[in-house]
Amino acid sequence: MISLRKLNLSIHRLPILKDVSFDIAQGQIFGLVGESGSGKSMTALALMQLLPQGFSASGQVMVDGTDVLALSEAQMCALRGNEIGMIFQEPMTALNPVQTIGDQVAETLLIHGKANKAEAAKIARRMLNRVGLPEDKFPASRYPHELSGGQRQRVCIAMAIALRPKLLIADEPTTALDVTTQAQILELLQELVAEEDMSLLLITHDLAVVAGMADYVAVMRKGEIVEQGQTEHLFKTMSHPYTRQLFEASSHQPDHGAKTQDTPILEVINATREYAAPRTKLFHRPPPFRAVDNVSFTLKRGESLGLVGESGCGKSTLTRAILGLDALQGGEIRLSGEPVLAGQHMPTHLRQKVQVVFQDPYGSFNPRHKVLRLVMEPFHLTAPPDNAREHVAEALETVGMPADAMDRYIHEFSGGQRQRIAIARALVLHPDLIVLDEAVSALDVSIRAQILDLLADLQKRLGLSYLFISHDLTVVQAITDRVLVMQRGKIVETGPTEQVFTSPAHPYTKQLLDAAPQIPADWQAR
Amino acid sequence: MIRFAATRLLSLALSLLMASIVVFAVVEVIPGDPASYMLGLNATPEAVEALRNELGLNGSLWARYIGWVSGMLVGDFGQSYTYRVPVSDLIAQRIWVSLPLAMIALLMSTLIAFPVGLIAAARRGKFSDYSIMGLTQLGIAVPNFWFAMLLVLVFAINLHWFGAGGFPGWENGILAGLKALTLPAIALALPQASILARVMRSSLLETLTQDYIRSARAKGLTRAQALRRHALRNAMIPVLTIIGLQFSFLLAGAIIIENVFYLPGLGQLIYKGITQRDLVVVESVVMLLVFAVILVTFLVDLAYAAVDPRLRKR
Amino acid sequence: MRLPIQLIIGALLTSFFVIAVLVSFVWTPHDVTVLTIADKLQPPSAKYWLGTDHFGRDMFSMLMVGARTSIAVAIVAVGIGMGIGVPLGLMAAANKGSLLDEVIMRGNDLIFAFPSLVIAILITAVFGPSAVNAILAIGIFNIPVFARVSRGAALSIWTLDYILAARTFGKGRVRISAEHILPNIANLLIVQGTIQFSLGILAEAGLSYVGLGAQPPTPSWGRMLADAQTMIYTKPMLAILPGMAIVLMVLGLNLMGDGLRDLLDPRIRRER
Repeated sequence: MISLRKLNLSIHRLPILKDVSFDIAQGQIFGLVGESGSGKSMTALALMQLLPQGFSASGQVMVDGTDVLALSEAQMCALRGNEIGMIFQEPMTALNPVQTIGDQVAETLLIHGKANKAEAAKIARRMLNRVGLPEDKFPASRYPHELSGGQRQRVCIAMAIALRPKLLIADEPTTALDVTTQAQILELLQELVAEEDMSLLLITHDLAVVAGMADYVAVMRKGEIVEQGQTEHLFKTMSHPYTRQLFEASSHQPDHGAKTQDTPILEVINATREYAAPRTKLFHRPPPFRAVDNVSFTLKRGESLGLVGESGCGKSTLTRAILGLDALQGGEIRLSGEPVLAGQHMPTHLRQKVQVVFQDPYGSFNPRHKVLRLVMEPFHLTAPPDNAREHVAEALETVGMPADAMDRYIHEFSGGQRQRIAIARALVLHPDLIVLDEAVSALDVSIRAQILDLLADLQKRLGLSYLFISHDLTVVQAITDRVLVMQRGKIVETGPTEQVFTSPAHPYTKQLLDAAPQIPADWQAR
Repeated sequence: MIRFAATRLLSLALSLLMASIVVFAVVEVIPGDPASYMLGLNATPEAVEALRNELGLNGSLWARYIGWVSGMLVGDFGQSYTYRVPVSDLIAQRIWVSLPLAMIALLMSTLIAFPVGLIAAARRGKFSDYSIMGLTQLGIAVPNFWFAMLLVLVFAINLHWFGAGGFPGWENGILAGLKALTLPAIALALPQASILARVMRSSLLETLTQDYIRSARAKGLTRAQALRRHALRNAMIPVLTIIGLQFSFLLAGAIIIENVFYLPGLGQLIYKGITQRDLVVVESVVMLLVFAVILVTFLVDLAYAAVDPRLRKR
Repeated sequence: MRLPIQLIIGALLTSFFVIAVLVSFVWTPHDVTVLTIADKLQPPSAKYWLGTDHFGRDMFSMLMVGARTSIAVAIVAVGIGMGIGVPLGLMAAANKGSLLDEVIMRGNDLIFAFPSLVIAILITAVFGPSAVNAILAIGIFNIPVFARVSRGAALSIWTLDYILAARTFGKGRVRISAEHILPNIANLLIVQGTIQFSLGILAEAGLSYVGLGAQPPTPSWGRMLADAQTMIYTKPMLAILPGMAIVLMVLGLNLMGDGLRDLLDPRIRRER
């Protein structure tokens, strides 16, 4: 039904896609997997003919017997939304903020002249019901900002399938969502494919997602399809080395058996932090929102402790309190036995003991400074040493970066290199504890595996303690000795990582683990 | 929505209060004794004392301020020292020149800027876009009072289509009045329209890069439909801000333009007030202008809420 | 890197006027303080390149010296606006949501309610007209402009991770504002500076034109226009020349501002 033949694409003469060919049969779920920059999204945009300006394409993109590359823009408009629907990665921004969800779904019908206003509204209502937004809770007059990310993605799906297209393209539809929401959206997509006899082109970076969903998989790398085949067969054979590499990186287990000592480095005792909830009525102040609710735990020297939870569970608030950025309202945090205080109240010798690595390798550095100055910045806590360059060189070499990197600006480095520099900056003062706040979440799997190896190696060599905060269960499983599960401001479960992951005690932990997509154990080719 | 309007109304009242304190402080406190300032160096002590009594300067500062503000609230701005009539009468005559002028200019500027900005955005990177951008760049650089002089030179002196200045008064027919305001309004409107058209264009282009435009295109909307149905309303927020700011520029600009066309508006009143040191007139007209600006800011806030549902909840 | 064409044209126009001003300090074709009534209202000639005004002063020299007033007023006014507005904006952003932030922003709103002409009217009514008053009026009006721009830009930088990191290194708000925020909003401030500069020139011309700015005998483009207005029937050139000077100067600055924005704003650069 959908058939790409030797699709070549370049944008401003920069080659993007090379000889991409595949077929999608009716009712099939076709998974397209690859790391960032592999060209998977561009393939989808080529199908929709929504490519950026300055592109040139050759080859054939057949949709139901017509080559869309040959169609005029007007013909393409008639095709989009009608024959092919598409949903995108960012549900938070994918909807027009000043239009009701009902109107936005109905627009698909109106624009193609498939219904009059009243009928379109009725069908839109039915579609919203169908994607799991029942009328009593989600009237069509709601605006996008009144919905959560998962709910907005449902609206996007309703918009895309309102005309029952033959193909739905989903470009990383769940990457921006929490793991439980992801599971629900994936389930909805699967149901819709079965019910409507529609095809689905599922684009993702996550092998586990396609393993659970797709009938057929293609693996992309640098604009080329390196391998494709029936899902189970492809996973079991993995005939192309890149597929195997991708697979190994995504389930990579760094060797992190460091010795945990008995002395506690970080103690959190009954930590509580509240925020004032917004007023809903003029004279009624709602009870404050407890972001962190009576949390206690201990992190021992040399230990690697994971903190998992979905967005809004309070892990960021807790992290900021541990770093001495925001004050607690109740309870206490102790670092090496001394109390952690917020802002300027915290003594500098205590701040030296804890350093942090953040998620975003692009936002972690002042773009106007050279690496030397960036990595030196923690020396604000001590007096800057005379041989600062040597210290920086040592830290850079520790993380596997050449010492001459210090004379360059940060934009000259890739995401993975920047994350290494961030770790070097955290190491330069020889801290006891490093807080890793989603430190590998923004990286591609192969880079992620390398950084995890580096972290495990550093821990062994330097006897560091890690507090590893993440929403990603596989990463936490790979690198931590013990894990805390956080939900709505509370720690609901704690225990050795292995035990929590194999036999979870709390229903929420079970729910999280069930929701996380898995590659079936017997598919793993060795 | 009502809550939103109520909080904005409160902030309007607060701004007015602060503004009145500032004006009062500058005009009545900084000069020391306003009466001797108004009369100049050669005034006799008796004359100064008489004026002090007339202006009620013998009360405490606080009482004077309260008296001034409460008077204004009921439309009593006090007595002009030079004209010997209530300032409210002077303002009432002249506001019917300045206000229509500013309104017509705002209307003109908006009516020109919207389609022009829209065309430039829709035809981005094409010849019509470049020509519009070039013209607006020039429009911004032209001082409105000089543009007014050029208009007089061409349309009044050379072509005789319009009079070179003066105002016949509304009692001589609305058309005659409008005709007298046409050139001044164009002079005011074109530079402002240039700014507004540019803001309109860049706001639209910014909006067109948003994810929801891509969603709309994926639904099958053409580029033009996506622009009209989704980008336009979202692009209005910065445009509204500029329209609000422009009103104060137009009002102030009207005061200068009145000079070019010898229009008997608030501008003329305030210059006479300054040259004749009639502080009562000056502070009243200034307060009125400030009130107009604050009121427009309030209306723009309400317009935001009408455009954007996210603001209504607050 | 290729320079935007607007930047080149704008910089050329602007430097033309700047050079004219610098030259005017050491040399003008004629002395503008000397009135040669016998030579009044001359057409352009070899002696008077652009003719003379009603007092027989050389127009070309008047325009050169007039540019001084314009540029001086605009520079000082932008200086006042930046010097006070930027620190206020940075302070407000560093203490977002605090009482200080609220006070600064309300104060801004208050000044915004007074268009620069109204400020000039108030000042002039009390202190009498002068070029200094024009500077003050335009400068005061620039304060909230810069405060808003710098607060808005600073707020978006305060959310970045490198600011959080700097805080974990024990750096305070002032130090972070100076070291991390200011350098990263400098681009925006430069662009806004050129815009306010050109608005300042327009405002100075307007104020001088209605007699609230530079006073005679100081030559100023706005005053020249006011003088020319009465003679517009007979000698339109006297009105056209200073106006052209204003237009070219402002156009140059605006083009330069646009060009700088294209050059400095990475977002626009990526789009190309």
